[in-house]
Amino acid sequence: MGAGEPARGAQLSEMGPGQGGVVLEVNGAGLARRRLLEMGFVAGTPVRVVRRAPLGDPLEVDVGGYRLSLRRELAAHIRIGPAADA
Amino acid sequence: MMPAAASVPAAQPAAAAAAQGARRPLRIALVGNPNVGKTTLFNRLTGLHQRVGNFPGVTVERKLGRARLRQAGGEAAVELVDLPGAYSLVPDALDEEIVARYLCGELAGAEPVAGRAQGRGAAAEPEPPPDAAIVVVDATNLRRNLFLLSEALDCGVPVVVALNMVDEARAAGIEIDARAIERAAGVRCVETVARSGAGLEQLLEEAVAAARQGSSPRRCWRLSAPEERQLGPVLDRAPRRWPVLVALRAADPQLRQREIEARYRWAAMAAGPEAQRAARARRRSDRLDRVLLHPVLGPAIFVLVMGLLFQAVFAWAAPLMDLLEAGFAALAELVRGEGLWSQFLADGVIAGVGAVVVFLPQIVILFLGLGLLEDTGYLTRAAFIVDRPLKALGLSGRAFLPLMSSFACAIPGILAARTIPDRRERMVTIFLAPLMTCSARLPIYALLIAAFVPAKAVLGVLSLQGLVLLGLYLAGMGGAALFALLIERFGRPPERLSGMLELPPYRMPTLRTVLLRLKVRAGAFLRRAGTLIFCAAVALWALASFPRLEPPPGTPPAQAAQLQLAQSAAGRLGRAIEPVLAPLGFDWKVGIGIIGSFAAREVFVSTMAVVYAVGDAQDAGGLRAAMQAQRWPDGSPVYTLPMVLALLVFYAFALQCVSTLAVVARETGSRLLPLVQFIAFGAFAWLAAFATYHGARALGL
Repeated sequence: MGAGEPARGAQLSEMGPGQGGVVLEVNGAGLARRRLLEMGFVAGTPVRVVRRAPLGDPLEVDVGGYRLSLRRELAAHIRIGPAADA
Repeated sequence: MMPAAASVPAAQPAAAAAAQGARRPLRIALVGNPNVGKTTLFNRLTGLHQRVGNFPGVTVERKLGRARLRQAGGEAAVELVDLPGAYSLVPDALDEEIVARYLCGELAGAEPVAGRAQGRGAAAEPEPPPDAAIVVVDATNLRRNLFLLSEALDCGVPVVVALNMVDEARAAGIEIDARAIERAAGVRCVETVARSGAGLEQLLEEAVAAARQGSSPRRCWRLSAPEERQLGPVLDRAPRRWPVLVALRAADPQLRQREIEARYRWAAMAAGPEAQRAARARRRSDRLDRVLLHPVLGPAIFVLVMGLLFQAVFAWAAPLMDLLEAGFAALAELVRGEGLWSQFLADGVIAGVGAVVVFLPQIVILFLGLGLLEDTGYLTRAAFIVDRPLKALGLSGRAFLPLMSSFACAIPGILAARTIPDRRERMVTIFLAPLMTCSARLPIYALLIAAFVPAKAVLGVLSLQGLVLLGLYLAGMGGAALFALLIERFGRPPERLSGMLELPPYRMPTLRTVLLRLKVRAGAFLRRAGTLIFCAAVALWALASFPRLEPPPGTPPAQAAQLQLAQSAAGRLGRAIEPVLAPLGFDWKVGIGIIGSFAAREVFVSTMAVVYAVGDAQDAGGLRAAMQAQRWPDGSPVYTLPMVLALLVFYAFALQCVSTLAVVARETGSRLLPLVQFIAFGAFAWLAAFATYHGARALGL
């Protein structure tokens, strides 16, 4: 979102409680990316930040119906677009 | 306790087909995501007929259990293997690796993930794949659960799906169609409620039927059309698709993403439109979380819950432990006589058994509390709340509870580390646990502080003695933080994934599951660690009792005991290490106390009572006076304030506890780790004591 960068969508880590959308893509490489995909962050999945932990990190994220505690540094790999009309 | 039939060797020759239909029980593996009720289902099916062991060659816990199925044609014996919970079969943790390797019959023989664990080499027999697998699926969270199912279907083992928690799904108004899942997956799917046992009989029947039939499931997911044309035939020709996929992924690192997306496409299709209502099943849980994870209330409740658990382990266990100790002491008194044999029975065997059993109250209370926290789902919330501060130390919120439990005693703390899913983090937590100030240090602190730290007030209201005690607690924590940072700096870096943790819905724990696990865990502690602790206690007794000395007739018992200890192996050892201890201001008598306190730190007090020939160790005043009267050969007092502070600091850090070392060895399957701990903490304690002694002297204390 920031300063006309070419990156698509918003970083999940920058979203506040209640905000969300659908997964566009997962950046990064290696184990972290693979595991995020395996946990269900595949393109098109609806996700939403439910809350932040009392100390600001990690985030509680709803991933297509289940809840995951995710540190912001990992959530930063996930690009979110506006929810599909369906 | 263990049925005789359960002692069938874990690994049998690979010729599974030959044994088919013969006496060998069918082996059925339980596969599933964490938190889907897999363990409850296992407990329901096997009851008390279960045992805990390790997978061959690695230190991943394996639970085996017996179940019987009454059928028209007689009884079928089934051996169930509860595999570790996994989100995917592509491993990033040893626990997950085990699942894929076991399902594909690749376990043992070959090396596990590089450097993670040493295979036992030639000693390990190959483990045949199970005859069938039950994949447990959470009906309220189908999409991610079906993803794992799609992977399990590729392993070539007959599969039956347990569609678990259908009651919860129905209560939330989600109608899951088991037949649709059957059609999509091409395997049988049975609706179950593991908590009540509903559907389990049928599940077992289907699993046994599938195992007897032995047909491999077909592939359910499809890649994009061009890639499907290319890879599809290669995959479908293989008897087991998984190893082929492993090879293909190695050749094309991007394949895994396309594969994951294809599997999720299938999972979404198989789950059906109803699964999108999954969030409904969480409404009650969400209401609870609004309170329990509230920015202000959440941490307050967390402190309360942890305080309660700590109180239970620390204080409520104490009367029981005192009772046990008194009981064993009385028993030893009954047996003790003049002869060596009766002394061996009293101070070696009975004291050794006592040293093991005395931990039971703490362990039972801790496991009970831990089981409740785990089964309700609160444990993951607690980890969520404290993740941030622990992240700075390279740990995650999961490490909090084990470390906190270690303030009562490192042993339950180390056992509690089993709840940490990440292996590296589990090891680091176990490594740090002994630095927390356990309750066994308190008698030493109390004796030395009361005797030698002036009872002055500081700033009017604070007592100096209290401040020293507080300082020792803080020193332990500071030492742990220091070692944690050192490990983070120089050790293998933490998984970027740590802190990633599913927050399952809150669930009411079943008494049955909690009690059964308590029994299994406590039993495993007694068997695995107990034997080691017992042997160590007996060995330490022998060190203090040999070689024998015949005191001149008429020597008072206190003097006789003193002479015996002084010239025993322990006494000689104490003298031998005096050059090491002298720079800290300790004499050889203190050295004997340090060696004696390996049995348990608080033994320092009773050892010193023997060393100083104070007849009664309970006579704190007598012991205090004896200590104050100790002189070096040149007439200066041994117990000066700098020396006492150094001794306190030494005990704050040193791993003076053979039971802890035994438990670390058992829990990690490593002999190296306890050795490294012992040396590292010992050296650190020595340096800290050295600095304290000379610093305090320089300050003129």
